[in-house]
Amino acid sequence: MNNDHILSTFDNDLNRLNKDLLKLAKLATEQFVNSIDNFSTQNIEEIDKLIANDKNLDELDEKIQQLGFEIIALRAPQAGDLRRVISALKIATIFERIGDYSRNISNRTKALIEMSSDDTPGVNIGKMGLVTQEMLEDVIIAYKDKDSDLSIKVRDTDVVIDKMNTKLYQEVLASMSRNKKNIVSGTHILFIAKNIERVGDYVTDIAEHNYFLINGKPLSDNRPKADKTSLYGQD
Amino acid sequence: MVIMNYNNNNMDIETKTIGNIFTENPKITSRNVNVFYHDKQAINNVSLDISSKEIISLIGPSGCGKSTFLRCFNRMNDTIDGCKVEGNIVLDDQDIYHPSVDVVPLRAKIGMVFQKPNPFPKSIYDNVAYGPKIHGLASTKDELDSIVELSLKNAGLWNEVKDRLQSPGTGLSGGQQQRLCIARAIAVSPEIILMDEPCSALDPIATAKIEELIHQLGKNYSIVIVTHSMQQAARVSQRTAYFHLGELIEVGLTKQIFTTPQDKQTEAYISGRIG
Repeated sequence: MNNDHILSTFDNDLNRLNKDLLKLAKLATEQFVNSIDNFSTQNIEEIDKLIANDKNLDELDEKIQQLGFEIIALRAPQAGDLRRVISALKIATIFERIGDYSRNISNRTKALIEMSSDDTPGVNIGKMGLVTQEMLEDVIIAYKDKDSDLSIKVRDTDVVIDKMNTKLYQEVLASMSRNKKNIVSGTHILFIAKNIERVGDYVTDIAEHNYFLINGKPLSDNRPKADKTSLYGQD
Repeated sequence: MVIMNYNNNNMDIETKTIGNIFTENPKITSRNVNVFYHDKQAINNVSLDISSKEIISLIGPSGCGKSTFLRCFNRMNDTIDGCKVEGNIVLDDQDIYHPSVDVVPLRAKIGMVFQKPNPFPKSIYDNVAYGPKIHGLASTKDELDSIVELSLKNAGLWNEVKDRLQSPGTGLSGGQQQRLCIARAIAVSPEIILMDEPCSALDPIATAKIEELIHQLGKNYSIVIVTHSMQQAARVSQRTAYFHLGELIEVGLTKQIFTTPQDKQTEAYISGRIG
């Protein structure tokens, strides 16, 4: 069956929306990957560049929201087209938020560099970042290829990040308990880890939106979760 | 309206239709309906229930058979030379194609509104009063006046015409004429109203008024509406049936058909793709 709309301008609009969304996905992934790299390399110049780049994601998200609203108002999309537009709007907002988290990681990295603290455990940040990066890359492939199975796989990978975050949380708390000088740097590390964990959650949301986009029904809410940090201190 | 939770294949009905063709307490049941214009088959084995007090839209591309199927319900196809209807259509336990059925009272039970407003060349009053008069629904002038007033009120036209009831119906605007035709249809107390593209000749404001009227009338009547406007189907009906090349491809709740249709042909049609 020919999949083109009778009205070619409708296809042009949907293609523009898709192209801009994939561009935003690429930018958000780059920002995230660079924020983790910069944590290791501590290159202030690169960090400043990354922070300045965030506005590009904001602008592209605004452009996508505007186009999505125009398509809804002017084209009255139905069924799969409607899901595509609504999903694009939601996913774009998520990528923009991933950009915000990457910027926040960079701000905190900058603060850590200025403190010259090297006594706080942060070794798992790189590993957490790598798993999250793979999830991000996979979810973009799943979106491009309309791949339900890969979407489910991405969603279920989030538990790995949760576990890493819980472990790192315990290590950093222990470090802060040992030496009060580590409290400020440790807090930054905790927030960096939490930001990565949140990016993992957001990627999971994208995977779920993608599943809905492909299948027209939501993915069941029984995904594995393992972020135990909110329980820390309870009996 | 309650849709019965039957699998179409669980009943003794052969159908390729996707979705649930049955309803609980159906007003009309049609089973294995075939319609031919001479040798050409226009409707192919269509089975569908119409529920009491439901609004159902029939949609599909030109020539798909939706208007032909609509006309089966009040036997309007009888008037078309060479048209043959097979199958079974039952209204309240009565087979409407049984030889003993008189089509005149049948058509009083099943009113019809057409694409182009077609008021009689008579006064506004007489347009509405004509049906009740010939069907003997009023024994006094006061009774007839009441029916005319109530019908015009229910058609949302009373306030606009109450001071000029003796003016010609043809002098009204297009939208008013269509509401006059609806008043004329409901004046004979029908149980079902068939509408064949009732707004396609109207501007958006008149269309909105008719759609609101359809919504109000749906509380008391079963309404079957053929429309080329998918947005109209989405706005006014609780169920939607998609026809293609004489077959009923898919039927379901309107919100389901327009968000997650099960059939690729349905999706292609409602989303404006080449099927």
